[in-house]
Amino acid sequence: MPKFAVLVFPGTNCDFETVSAIKKAGGNAERVWYKQSLKDFDGVVIPGGFSYADYLRAGAISARAEIMEEIKEIAKEGKPILGICNGFQILTESGLLPGALRPNKIPRFLCKWVYLKVSDNQTAFTRFYSEGEVIRMPIAHAEGNYYVNDPNKIRIAFQYSDANGEISEEANPNGSILNIAGISNEKGNVLGMMPHPERASDRWLGSEDGLRVFKSMIEYVKR
Amino acid sequence: MFPHEEKIIKEKLGREPNEVEKAMIEVMWSEHASYKSSRTWLKLLPTKNEHVILGPGEDAGVIKFDENTAIVVGFESHNHPSAVEPYGGAATGIGGIVRDILCMGARPIALLDPIRFGPLKKERNRYLFEYVVKGIADYGNRIGVPTVGGEVEFDESLDNYTLVNVACVGIMKPEELIHSYVEESGLLLVLVGNKTGRDGIHGVTFASEELSENAEEEDRSAVQIPDPFTEKLLIEATLEALATKKVKALKDLGGGGLTCASSEMAGKKGFGAIIYAHKVPQREPNMNAMEVMISESQERMLFAVEKEDLEEVVKIFDKYDLDWTVVGEIIDEPRFIVYWGEEKVADLPISILTEVPTIIWESKPYKLEKDVETPEIEVKDALIKVLSSPNIISKEWVYRQYDHEVQGRSVLKPGLDAAVLKINDKYGLALVSDGNPSYSFLNPYHGAMACVVETLRNLASVGAKPLALVDNLNFASPERPEIYWQFIETIKGLSDAAKAFDLAYVSGNVSFYNEVNGKPIKPTPVVVAFGKVKLENLTTMNFKSEGELIGIVGVTKKELGGSELYRVFGIEGGIAPKVELEREKKNIEGILKAIERKLVKAVHDISKGGLAIALAEMSLSSSLGFEVDISKVPVEMKLSAIERLFSESQARFIISFDRENLEKLERLFDEFSVIGEVKGKEMVFKENEKELVRISLEEANEIFNSLPKLLGE
Amino acid sequence: MKYKAKIIVKLKEGLNDPEGRVIEKALKNLGYKIEELKVPKYFELVFESKNPEKEVEEMCKRLLANPVIHVYEYEIEPLGE
Repeated sequence: MPKFAVLVFPGTNCDFETVSAIKKAGGNAERVWYKQSLKDFDGVVIPGGFSYADYLRAGAISARAEIMEEIKEIAKEGKPILGICNGFQILTESGLLPGALRPNKIPRFLCKWVYLKVSDNQTAFTRFYSEGEVIRMPIAHAEGNYYVNDPNKIRIAFQYSDANGEISEEANPNGSILNIAGISNEKGNVLGMMPHPERASDRWLGSEDGLRVFKSMIEYVKR
Repeated sequence: MFPHEEKIIKEKLGREPNEVEKAMIEVMWSEHASYKSSRTWLKLLPTKNEHVILGPGEDAGVIKFDENTAIVVGFESHNHPSAVEPYGGAATGIGGIVRDILCMGARPIALLDPIRFGPLKKERNRYLFEYVVKGIADYGNRIGVPTVGGEVEFDESLDNYTLVNVACVGIMKPEELIHSYVEESGLLLVLVGNKTGRDGIHGVTFASEELSENAEEEDRSAVQIPDPFTEKLLIEATLEALATKKVKALKDLGGGGLTCASSEMAGKKGFGAIIYAHKVPQREPNMNAMEVMISESQERMLFAVEKEDLEEVVKIFDKYDLDWTVVGEIIDEPRFIVYWGEEKVADLPISILTEVPTIIWESKPYKLEKDVETPEIEVKDALIKVLSSPNIISKEWVYRQYDHEVQGRSVLKPGLDAAVLKINDKYGLALVSDGNPSYSFLNPYHGAMACVVETLRNLASVGAKPLALVDNLNFASPERPEIYWQFIETIKGLSDAAKAFDLAYVSGNVSFYNEVNGKPIKPTPVVVAFGKVKLENLTTMNFKSEGELIGIVGVTKKELGGSELYRVFGIEGGIAPKVELEREKKNIEGILKAIERKLVKAVHDISKGGLAIALAEMSLSSSLGFEVDISKVPVEMKLSAIERLFSESQARFIISFDRENLEKLERLFDEFSVIGEVKGKEMVFKENEKELVRISLEEANEIFNSLPKLLGE
Repeated sequence: MKYKAKIIVKLKEGLNDPEGRVIEKALKNLGYKIEELKVPKYFELVFESKNPEKEVEEMCKRLLANPVIHVYEYEIEPLGE
């Protein structure tokens, strides 16, 4: 069974539920403190939270931790690396993904269920979705306003939309360019997303749409 | 301290206490730390039953959820600090209650924040409101504990002031319970977490005084800078340390700082402690023994461990980069001894710190309730004014700033009758808070009962059966006879209501001296109720589809004293809602049965704003309109249309249901009447077929979501 | 008359500064010998006023700083009409 490291930085706070979601999706997962090694794992998930309390810029301090060098190597090997929320911020701050996450257009924390359109179902994390499918997940962040110089050069995985999949200004909760909610690297094995798939992995919590992010990732490793 | 207390201390000690001793005694004898004015009365509250694992007396209470799950609950206030520095005051308030839960051995899993302010039209009140919310959000979100509910209320009497209450819930296995006291000597006392500064020196004594006009400019020692990052590390490190089973006792440092934590930890079972105060890591230069001993620097915990286990435990603190220091040890002799270097700076019998004599103040009843005539008000005018009251409108602006999803348990989210957390695949924990200071001011006894029964109706509305209660009692100075009377009446009300439902209070808090410029606040007891709900029974307040019938359970009376209608129209006096416990019980039981038998589609309790607002909330949360005829509402006396719509009589619910279940529902309730049906996109109120008011959901929605506008956004 | 104000708001001496401490530690981990680090807030604003000193002082007191925990300093330069 593929085994994933759920990386824990000081201040990470979505580690437990991310481990549960991966297990529910049929994989194995372990919480791994940021000073431990990642060599026995088939992939890495950097979960949400407030590593170093978001001081300076969200993700900035974690992105400079030694373990990020190891993660860059793992990414080069083609293993899957998923950054959720603060994990996405860490991936952009460390240069593993392009762009930056700025403070929301209304500059405060926003916790809300949103609709997402799956714009790319060819990445390691989206193969269980169909292209253009509309799914539901919660967001919870203060710095999720994605910006990149040339958005046409990147692989967009998820975009904020309305229930019908329309990409509109009203459906954009944080001011992201092109309503971007998640992107991947060129190879599709490193993906960052602001919405929380692990919080949408249980029918009682509002949706199971997020589970397929983890199922895709597990399937990708198995191939 | 009062002169008679100084005399007692001198007699007990046989001498004058020195400066360090005096400061420690003062802190421990403050109202905030000793509950000296309230303890006598708190004994009237029921605190034991089959659900209670641990009642009041330690940092938090413990409830049995099932054989393998214990729920730890606590409730605190941080009123004075938040009135001076709203952001830091609210944030550190959360930090304190979270550590209270943590130090029983539990992982904190949710917060509830009942917060109260003066009218929003004044800049200072808006500032307090926005920054209290921001403080709660920034701290709660960063430590990864979801804020799943609470209340937000505005009242003239809180102008320039704020009541910031916060309840926290934790989860653990029953066998993981750890106590805050030691049962053997020789243990080392390890202080973990933030360095100690001059923060909050005299904080507890400050909390026991009224605020003066320019509190803002007051000494900065009154407030602390919140450090959620260290708190989060403390949570993880503490839980990891407890998992070693090498921790003998654990206590957080809150009011009274190291003095309170170490003396209570040692003294409870008759031991003593030596503290080496100079060893405490200090953040500021030139601190002295007194400052170190009474500092209220945040994010600190005190562990008691055996010498040979020290290394194993502190390794965990090192992993999390947390400062730790052995600051003292437990001794057999029941004394509290403090060293500063070689010098012994304090040496007291520990009981002087831990056994504080109670005070009973003079009390004097008052009567404010008086029947008044409800003026003729146009129904539409009343509906729009009440619906747009800051107390009624949607609090989405607030709870969108709170991470209410983290940890992945939030089944019912903020904005509903009660929040529900998933505890296992079958059951959830429901929780809700209620306070009704405007009722309590008119009638403290019934006002207190109304808090209890409202929480229970809220629980029932989602399908939950109550497990336990906690209370937070916010009052003005107990030295005022009217205030002390309010307090005693409140306790009696809380007690009687809980007993009627066989419920116990497992923890609580009293905050006295809530006054600004010599003006007392209204008596504000706030109750949090916890319940257990089968997930498959979960019910919500939104109508599910057109054609559902709408029914009202309970009887409507002329009880508009303290109501939102009277507040909005500036009507003084009136009769506050009276709680009839038998009626309340019957209707709550009926609702729970109706839910269990799947007879209802939507349930909502009637509270603030009465029938009109309850219906509006059900409608707005479902985007489905309704048509009701209020002449069908069961009443006990002749009532005008306005009174029927806005009375806040207790023991009432609104339900929606499929026509085929009507007979079964009628059999469940003594007082029940069908008043209309779910229909269209408008809210339509009629009386004897005559239309009183019609308002489109679109218009109502705009009013209901006007909080950002009130804040100038 | 138009003015430009540069305002710095910082925590009072002796108060806990968690953000400063965390960033200081992070820089130390990167090998720098940091002795002290503070994270003040800096505001730059252009405004019109007849009494700039008094207004900036007010802005600080009423909003930009909380006198309970902050100290502030500022410079004001005239920009002409």
